[in-house]
Amino acid sequence: MMSLDATRLRAVVHKELLDYRRKRAIVVSMVLLPILFLVEPVVSIFVAAPSESSSALDSFVILPLLYMLLIAVVMPSTLAAFTVVGEREQGTLEPLLTTPLREQEFIIGKGAAVMIPSVALSYLVYGLFLLAVELFAHPAVATAVFHNGPILLALFLFAPLVAGWSVVVGMAVSVRASEVRVAQQLGMLASLPITGVVLLLAIGVIHPTFPVAIAFAAGLLVIDLITLRIVSRMFDRERLVIGTKATRS
Amino acid sequence: MAATATLSLARRTMVSSHSVRARTWKVEIDGSVVGSISNQRTVEFPVKAGQHLLRVKSTRYLLSPEESFEAVAGQVVKFSCHPRALSPIIFTRWLIWFLASLVKHDLWIGLEFVNTSSADIGATSFAVLENIPKIPAGASEIESSLSARPSGIGSGTITGTAARAPANPRSALVVSNLTKRFGERTAFSDVSFDVGYGEVFGFLGPNGAGKTTTVRTLGTLIAPTSGSATVAGIPLSPENGVEIRQRIAIMPESPGLYLRLTVTENLEYFAGLYGLRHATTRINDALEAVNLGDRASDLCASLSKGLRQRVGLARTLLSDPEIMFLDEPTSGLDPVASLEVHNLIIGLRQKGVTIFLTTHRLDEAEKLCDRVAFLNTTLRTVGRTAELREQLFKRSLRVKTLEPIGDPAEFFTRILAVEDWRPDGANTYVLTVSDPEVAAPEVTRALVSADVGVLFIGEAQHSLEDVYLELIADDAEARRS
Repeated sequence: MMSLDATRLRAVVHKELLDYRRKRAIVVSMVLLPILFLVEPVVSIFVAAPSESSSALDSFVILPLLYMLLIAVVMPSTLAAFTVVGEREQGTLEPLLTTPLREQEFIIGKGAAVMIPSVALSYLVYGLFLLAVELFAHPAVATAVFHNGPILLALFLFAPLVAGWSVVVGMAVSVRASEVRVAQQLGMLASLPITGVVLLLAIGVIHPTFPVAIAFAAGLLVIDLITLRIVSRMFDRERLVIGTKATRS
Repeated sequence: MAATATLSLARRTMVSSHSVRARTWKVEIDGSVVGSISNQRTVEFPVKAGQHLLRVKSTRYLLSPEESFEAVAGQVVKFSCHPRALSPIIFTRWLIWFLASLVKHDLWIGLEFVNTSSADIGATSFAVLENIPKIPAGASEIESSLSARPSGIGSGTITGTAARAPANPRSALVVSNLTKRFGERTAFSDVSFDVGYGEVFGFLGPNGAGKTTTVRTLGTLIAPTSGSATVAGIPLSPENGVEIRQRIAIMPESPGLYLRLTVTENLEYFAGLYGLRHATTRINDALEAVNLGDRASDLCASLSKGLRQRVGLARTLLSDPEIMFLDEPTSGLDPVASLEVHNLIIGLRQKGVTIFLTTHRLDEAEKLCDRVAFLNTTLRTVGRTAELREQLFKRSLRVKTLEPIGDPAEFFTRILAVEDWRPDGANTYVLTVSDPEVAAPEVTRALVSADVGVLFIGEAQHSLEDVYLELIADDAEARRS
């Protein structure tokens, strides 16, 4: 059983969030990305023909709803890819590894710092979307959205889970990558397979029900935990310090 | 050797020692676990003079409130801890306690200050942060500091009165046949040495000699291929990594600061990583020690290289380490900034901090180190600089005359005390002698009787650079042959 020190974890999370706030590119992407992912669902909902049958409307609103889930996939993958290789590039990794910080604390602390803004922004966008639907959408369309209980549940349950997947996969890439840009591209690619679940729901291969949403959420949680364990094992101080080639003093 | 002050902690109980609540509790001082306490026991912990935070934590993650106390040299600060009564009869009260403890864990272990009493523990006051000498503006501090060096360092264990009280009386570092290979390449091989508590130990060698790799190995960043080591009394092994890193501080050649954060934010982060809470005082003291108090709110990106190096040094001071590994601490610094770093190191050594100094600058090593080691993949030699000079060089006299001597070969051969001679410039000669105190008067008499004007005569001093070059030349020759 690994023991985690709350003070050290808190220090990592606090520093990461502080660092994000000071990095203009991250702040800008955190503002623009949700807006970008909010536009398409809002437009889709407002152009939906309310004259269609309720079952057709129900199917129509699934894709715009699940589209917003991509915020929780895309945003963490780019941030997570920076976590290890970024520290190495800016020369801060070695001093960090000389402290009593454990590997698990490093991974969980960094991961939490990535997940917190990503999930919070996802939920904020969901909230804004639902508010817009409630206030401005045609009543028939609004009914279709709010009556899609399993999808709404999946949206809220899946956001932290797909974000978790993106984070652990992004960190796995970051541990082994030699450059930030390479890590971000690979991290983004590696995080996409999880969106397959979304696709299966959207195209109707899987019929969205409450049990299905919960079962998929549980499955994602298990996958996240297994991947987290694998990433913890990949975290090798020696490799991180000396890289693939031995350094000379 | 005794410590400065003692914390005495007694555990009282109202339940049977077989109860669940009779489990051992961990004792944390300043966020670090220093030991444990069992039921109805009293334990004592040595602490340095100054402000500390005490907390008791059960193995079931139940905590006591954090109590701060002031440790004064020679005194015993007494605390008592006990489990809080959890009456099963008053269930409502228990439930309230339980729910409240989910938010704030202050309710499970009671921790109370008892009193402070004097104790003759014979310790010399030591507190790194509180007593770190501020970097003085001038260079004169160095000479006076050096003259105050404690004696007996060469043997490996410091015995001076200013020495820091070690957690155990053994050496701070014991390295035995340590080897590190990266595939076919050997970074360092069969390295053995020991460093006493409070010693400044210089680690010298050319580029690629394995110095940084040795520091990284001893700092648990990389694992040795073979051999063993004890760092701050703890055997070097992956399992002990966290504990070792808790007791040491490493300053890499590049300070590695977060440039978008301020100086204080950088230090706060590392204080947190060392498990230090309420670290404001420590941070301020560390910044004062490196003369950066007025730059605390500046972004690190706005600092010069020298100032960043100082922030890196302040960072190593935060955790009050037993051993500091400084890897080229003055690399890239201007002379004034280097001098300031030297003065800080001198101040730290006077306080008894063990310093492992890796450097290319031989003048720096000569000025600061009690002993030096030369590494060139294998350890070439270890010792005090004077001893190394004696080992490697014969004693000699340097003679400077007003005008060149007509036939120096004939002249010096006639003097019995002179074993050999060589010219060192137009009218300067280096004479190999067995005893300069006997030879100098004899040479002077000979020069005066020959009517040669003498400008200077004295024992020739070999610098550490001479020692270094001699050793490196030996290595180069050995490789050629």
